[in-house]
Amino acid sequence: MLSVTDLEKVYEGGERALRGVSFEIAANDIVAIIGPSGAGKSTLIECINRLTEPTSGTVQLDGTELTALSSRELRRARREIGMVFQEYALVERLTAMENVLSGRLGYVSSWRAFRRKFPSEDIQRAYATLDRVGLAGHEDDRVDELSGGQRQRVGIARAVLQQPKIILADEPTSSLDPETSRAVLELLTEIAAEEKIPVTINIHEVPLARAHADRIIGLSDGRIVFDGLPDDLDERAMDTIYRNGSTEETGGDDRQPRHFEAQID
Amino acid sequence: MSTLEYEEYSSEWTRPTVFYNRWVKRLVYLAVAVFIAWNVWAARISAERLQYGIGQVDFLFGAMWPPDFGISVSGGELVTGRRFSRIVEKMLETLAMSIVATVVGVLVSLPVAVMAAENLAPRPVYYVARAIITVTRSIHELIVGIVFVIGFGFGAFAGVLALVSATPGFFAKLLAEDLEDIDQSRLDAIRATGAGPLGVILYGVVPQVLPRMIGLTIYRWDINLRASTILGIVGAGGIGATLNTAFNTYEYDFGAAVLLVIIAVVVVGEVVSSWARGRVQ
Amino acid sequence: MTAADDTAPGEWERFDTKRRLLRFGLVLVVLGATVASWRALDVRYVYIETAPENIADLFGRMYPPDAAYAGEIVDPMIQTINIAVIGTVLALLLAAPVAYISARNTTPNRATHALGTVIVAGSRSIHSLIWGLVFVIVFGTGVLAGILAVAFRSIGFIAKLLSEEIEEIDAAATEAIRATGGSELDVLIYGILPQIKPALAGISVYRWDINVREATITGFVGAGGIGVELQNSIGAFRWDAVLTILIAILIVVVASESISAYVRRKVR
Repeated sequence: MLSVTDLEKVYEGGERALRGVSFEIAANDIVAIIGPSGAGKSTLIECINRLTEPTSGTVQLDGTELTALSSRELRRARREIGMVFQEYALVERLTAMENVLSGRLGYVSSWRAFRRKFPSEDIQRAYATLDRVGLAGHEDDRVDELSGGQRQRVGIARAVLQQPKIILADEPTSSLDPETSRAVLELLTEIAAEEKIPVTINIHEVPLARAHADRIIGLSDGRIVFDGLPDDLDERAMDTIYRNGSTEETGGDDRQPRHFEAQID
Repeated sequence: MSTLEYEEYSSEWTRPTVFYNRWVKRLVYLAVAVFIAWNVWAARISAERLQYGIGQVDFLFGAMWPPDFGISVSGGELVTGRRFSRIVEKMLETLAMSIVATVVGVLVSLPVAVMAAENLAPRPVYYVARAIITVTRSIHELIVGIVFVIGFGFGAFAGVLALVSATPGFFAKLLAEDLEDIDQSRLDAIRATGAGPLGVILYGVVPQVLPRMIGLTIYRWDINLRASTILGIVGAGGIGATLNTAFNTYEYDFGAAVLLVIIAVVVVGEVVSSWARGRVQ
Repeated sequence: MTAADDTAPGEWERFDTKRRLLRFGLVLVVLGATVASWRALDVRYVYIETAPENIADLFGRMYPPDAAYAGEIVDPMIQTINIAVIGTVLALLLAAPVAYISARNTTPNRATHALGTVIVAGSRSIHSLIWGLVFVIVFGTGVLAGILAVAFRSIGFIAKLLSEEIEEIDAAATEAIRATGGSELDVLIYGILPQIKPALAGISVYRWDINVREATITGFVGAGGIGVELQNSIGAFRWDAVLTILIAILIVVVASESISAYVRRKVR
């Protein structure tokens, strides 16, 4: 279980990206975090595994307080947090297999990693995961030879190979076309369900969030302004998230929500 | 925890190699390793020599410090001595050598560059120009310098000749590459007006590569300045002679001063050169 | 040329005149510097008049090359290659950490970055022959001084190019390795190294190729290699032997350049 309490982040320039964010994620939940650009979605995801250091507040994963760990302990904790990035964040000059196996780097010695000598179970799992994400036979392809959708599948496989307690996905579909986005998100949520890994997805496209998430958190200006089931995400809620507006303003104006509906196609 | 059925998958994977296969890869790595090992063996560096040298470092630094620029303070006034005027005089000579060598070298290299451009020169001429470039690139300017110094007894003139002789290998080579990239249609337009080959070069080619030519000239001056500081070591003029003499006569404090001045001039030359090239492009 | 594009039509004329004046002034300065330099060098015109004749005469004395001498220069030539190879390998070992601290994205702090910059600038602005002079004083004459001279000159070159390469790597990929729980060493060997490997190979063989040329002259200050032999032959006016050496140098340099070009083409 992931629990985030009173998370605050103030960047060096003084920009307040997170203003007291608290939520909990129970096992197997697929949670989508939505919100306009600049709402703090990416900061929130990065603060969870401390790729960005939060200014205050706590993050706990299965009882371990991540925010209190030393850098060595943090490395150990990160092994159990899978991450899928928006620009894939793969080592382009390495093969798909090497990128997938990099999910095990926290468990093998650097010398073995250097010689690419991973335990046979890791290799078997890597083959199986590549097969599962639809990339069987592509293990020896260099990542820079793969398409965007294929790269993100490698990214998902890398996260899955960590056998993590949670997967954090930071805008995993933002570099993909709509059709590929849908397919990749479907794959991510399916695998998560099969493997019983909770996933927190930070996502721009509301329709995709509605279609795949069990729960939606709406972030606006560094605060949680909505937290509920996809069905509860009505026009008023959308307005609160995206226009920072109060409820009364929604009244006669039905143009804006339609704009978001249009993104379904 | 995982439901993935992984046991049926292969438990082995080896990284594909850019070589034809793993054995070729190992062979290439082995060959490189053996080659380096052979080099180390053939160089026969003895441990005593290394040890001796490391002991000498201390001595050398002690003898070099403080560097003596030939400037002293007496009665609140700066007094410049013989060493100071020697540095100034030789540094000016170095600078003069670099400038003359650049101008003459570029003038000599321009026709070679045109001859070495595949699209402008007939085949036999092209091959002659390429040969000139290869030879002038391969023979270090210092070798040319020493030949002229001992062959003719020239001083700074030998240095200038050496730098000039090394210029085509750099200037003509790079300029020829740009000449090969020029826009042919503009040349055809000028040919259509009835211009001869010289006219084509002057009105069609030069305007297209002029900024590059100026940039390369400045760059070459920077290189010539660096080279001018050492040509004196073989007697071909410039401050290198002062440095060599200082070290040979155990005047290490003076040598250190000369060395620092050389570094300063080279760094300033590089800054000026990169600034000027930035302005041209 | 571009003046017309970025100024208003009314100002065009004036601006162009100003530009022209500036250009004219620059040409004058360059001409003046050239003339002043020429006069400072105090070259005797007799030299220039007789130079072509002298050079032709010298080539006449060089030709034909002394073929019998070829056997004697094998050893010094091997020394030259030794200097270039070991010098480059040593420079690589020393330059790798310098590159790491010189690159803005990997350097631990500002002080280390400054240190890296100073090492790069210092190494690059001292010619290998000067390094040779210094190392001959320290280690005595011979190959060792040559190796160190070539190595110390190469550190700055390699470290500069390598650090530029490190600065261009994809930061997201290294961040991802940190996110899987990899150590900084894992980041280096799994994230950074694969990204700079082709450049590393290219830079090494390129510098080796330059160093072969450098190692032909280290002998002039007693730092080993074919330069020692060359200096002796020139000093003894054995011009036919000099030509033999020059041809040998040409062959070795052209061969190493071809190898270097081949490897650089392959590792892209």
